Amino acid sequence: MPILNVVVIVSLLYVVFLFLVAFAADRAARRGRGRWLRSPLVYTLSLSIYCTAWTFYGAVGFAAKFGLEFLTIYLGPTLIMIGWWWTLRKMVRIGRSQRITSIADLISSRFGKSNLLAVFVTLLAVIGTTPYIALQLQSVTLSFTAFAEADPTRSALPNQQSTAFWVAAGLALFTILFGTRNLDANERHHGVVMAIALEAVVKLFALLAVGIFVVWGVAGGLDETIARIDASTIAHWEVSGSRWIGLTMLSAAAFLCLPRMFQVMVVESGDEGHLRVASWAFPTYLMLISLFVVPIAAVGLDMLPDGANPDLFVLTLPLTDGRDGLAILSFLGGFSSATSMVIVAAIALSTMVSNHVVMPIWLWMTGGGAIVSGDIRHVALLTRRLSIAGIVFLGYLYFRLSGGGTALAAIGLISFAGVAQFLPSLMGGLFWRGATRVGAIAGLAVGFVVWLYCLMLPSFGPSAVMPQAVLDHGAMGISWLRPQALFGAAGMDPVVHAVMWSMLLNTTAFVITSILSFPKPIERLQGAQFVDVFQHSATARTWSGGLAQSEDLLIMSQRIMGPAEAQAFFSGIAREQGLEGYLPEPSPDFLQALERELSGSIGAAAAHAMISQIVGGATVSVEDLMAVADETAQIMEYSSRLEAKTEEQARTARQLREANEKLTQLSVQKDGFLSQISHELRTPMTSIRAFSEILRDTDDLTLEEQKKYASVIHDETIRLTRLLDDLLDLSVLENGQVVLNEQTDSLSRVLDRAEAAAGASLSDFRIFRNREAEDLVLTNDLDRLAQVFINLINNARKYCDAPHPALTITSAGKGDTLEIDFVDNGSGIPTEQQAMIFEKFSRIAETRAGGAGLGLAICREIMGRLGGSISYLPGQGGAAFRVTVPVRMPAARRATAS
Amino acid sequence: MKRDPGPVFLERRTYRRRRMADAARLLPLMGAFLFALPLLWQSDDKTALTTHVIFYLFCVWLGLVALAGVISRHLNSDTDTRDRDEGR
Repeated sequence: MPILNVVVIVSLLYVVFLFLVAFAADRAARRGRGRWLRSPLVYTLSLSIYCTAWTFYGAVGFAAKFGLEFLTIYLGPTLIMIGWWWTLRKMVRIGRSQRITSIADLISSRFGKSNLLAVFVTLLAVIGTTPYIALQLQSVTLSFTAFAEADPTRSALPNQQSTAFWVAAGLALFTILFGTRNLDANERHHGVVMAIALEAVVKLFALLAVGIFVVWGVAGGLDETIARIDASTIAHWEVSGSRWIGLTMLSAAAFLCLPRMFQVMVVESGDEGHLRVASWAFPTYLMLISLFVVPIAAVGLDMLPDGANPDLFVLTLPLTDGRDGLAILSFLGGFSSATSMVIVAAIALSTMVSNHVVMPIWLWMTGGGAIVSGDIRHVALLTRRLSIAGIVFLGYLYFRLSGGGTALAAIGLISFAGVAQFLPSLMGGLFWRGATRVGAIAGLAVGFVVWLYCLMLPSFGPSAVMPQAVLDHGAMGISWLRPQALFGAAGMDPVVHAVMWSMLLNTTAFVITSILSFPKPIERLQGAQFVDVFQHSATARTWSGGLAQSEDLLIMSQRIMGPAEAQAFFSGIAREQGLEGYLPEPSPDFLQALERELSGSIGAAAAHAMISQIVGGATVSVEDLMAVADETAQIMEYSSRLEAKTEEQARTARQLREANEKLTQLSVQKDGFLSQISHELRTPMTSIRAFSEILRDTDDLTLEEQKKYASVIHDETIRLTRLLDDLLDLSVLENGQVVLNEQTDSLSRVLDRAEAAAGASLSDFRIFRNREAEDLVLTNDLDRLAQVFINLINNARKYCDAPHPALTITSAGKGDTLEIDFVDNGSGIPTEQQAMIFEKFSRIAETRAGGAGLGLAICREIMGRLGGSISYLPGQGGAAFRVTVPVRMPAARRATAS
Repeated sequence: MKRDPGPVFLERRTYRRRRMADAARLLPLMGAFLFALPLLWQSDDKTALTTHVIFYLFCVWLGLVALAGVISRHLNSDTDTRDRDEGR
């Protein structure tokens, strides 16, 4: 049987075996029997997808051309792994606590969940990874061709394109089958991880087998091998320092940033503890895989003809020696390297493409209403499957278009440099709170453009994409812009040159823009969560048993509910479950009940966060924190409302107390008023009664006497009537029921009327007036005003104790108001009584007969109604009153008047 | 942000673990230096043999792996987060 057919059959069997392994692992994981699937060993082996076909075949080719330089590709990741305490630990912790699905998700989450950034990173990752997938396809087809060439019975070489196509189709199928089993990208793909772990073993075993065969089988021992190396063209250590250090740094950066590495390292990570083992186990793996590279290269250069492709020494050395079995094993090793890389890269990229590009567009096109309905799951899976097919097909397309030439072989480092552009944003995001979204976008954009200009476009060869003139003299003829000698940095290695400038400008743009821009609140929140992840997130512990959880829940609940209540609640649930003691099984029912119980104390969001922290191992998400903040705000608002209410109640109580005091005072006043009234009524009643009794009981009264007594009774009745009239008048005025009649007249005529009515001219009482000054026109209820004047004139007439009583009335207009002063020449009113004279029933001298003491009280009420006032004017030599009245009745009063 | 200075004297095990964390941080720096060291062996007239450099590099590699293994054994990831202050 021709060896090519054997290779095809063996590789098909191998693929079937991989399918079975993946299927079995998936099934075991679903049934919960897959504890060994999550072992540190499987994790370490899955990291080996770093070693692709490029390393499997290419490392030997690299070594054959440049000697030890190939080691840089492994030294970088070794340094990163043994330095896991710096970065990887933080990345894995953040990946777990924030449920990160890809590197695009990590960067966009850190910078405020910006989808623009996610799309940008996705695009960059696809551009950087597609040539790499093409490289894997090329390696498989090349190795097929190598078998075909070695076959003496071959009729024709197999078509490279069709081989690549079938490999691509098979890989896409495998990836779709095992990579999109569940929607949750955060869950581990057990089948895939198991398959790539197996492939890791196969490729290491194959390379070691070839190495041992070469050293002891072909060269004939260790010493002979060393002699051959010393005799070969790579015998001397001649590497350029810049390339040695630059490539080590580049591979270290790429190790952190490659989407497929992120997928296995962070997303598929089951336990942080695995990283601890991988920190030394993975460097060991890298060391073993590069152990025989130089011997194979040296022996290959020595044994094989000059034109032989050094990339295929691993395969051609056993073949020329007739070891077909070893050659097939070696082929399987290379096949494993290629397939595992394509599978994981396709999963990683499809997650990014479907989550950040296709789904947002689909949701936007369907109006975003499908978020809650069930069919979104279906759509997400479909887009992920289509993305996988699309990405693998893109790789195939690249392979076809580039023709599989040497340009492709150089793409490994170029691809590394492309994804390394994520590094500043990634590290800045992890360690610097001040990094902002705008800064990340600026840095990525600058880095991407420089990478494209300096490395990617020139890599297609002179004049392929970039004109030779640009390459020689720079864009637009500016020599400083020469793609491989930027800013005059001529004479550098193109890769190191491009990496240096792109990373430098990327970092500069990122830092400066971050410093100058201001982040949104969500960015700052996420920044704090990411940078201080070890302070914020709880330990992702694995709980040894259910009772440990219950105990922690009890401890927590005791703090919140109080020990007695919490213990009673827990023991009650335990009894319901048929258990003794205080610790029930943490069943969903129990947790729900507990959450409800706790949410009564601390709010629903906080309760949910606390329980999920203990039970789910999940950390508090931003949404949880925001909900907690909302609840706290509500509680604070409620308490401040309560405070306001308390103050209001205190105010009301004070008002009530004041009102009560006023009522008490009023009651006293009312009592005083009633006793006054009865006294005032009693005096005339007594005389009326006495004189009417005399008239009734005494028979011999003269007509004169009868008339006299009857007139006394009549006078007293009049006095009584007047008193009652006054009281009625005052009551009407005080209640505001008085009706005002608006009139217009001059002041002097009102005073004339008052003087006449008071009957002042009849006695020797004299009134002095200045009639010119009184020539003022006013509009008001002039009858009421006259009543006030009459009262004042009467008072002066009654109470003025001068031998020749006289009253001086002076008038003056003061703008809108008139002031009329009534000043007599008596002894006036004592100072201590001046405050009292406008009160009801206040009389200055009890002894002198007169009114009931209501006159001035009525005057005050009337003046208040008319919009003016009346007051006592001290220091005028006698009793003096000032009446102030507006020229025009105020509008409010007029409304009452009409 | 105000930082809690924490206690001055720590329990012996905690203290040991913190020094191990320091060692874990320093190890890659040491590795980087040792990996770059052969660059100094080249001069204009004489270059080192590839076989010697291979021997040296793989020895360093093995040493780093062994050290990383020892250090990581002392760094229990379950307890590391109880260190409030990661920078110490």
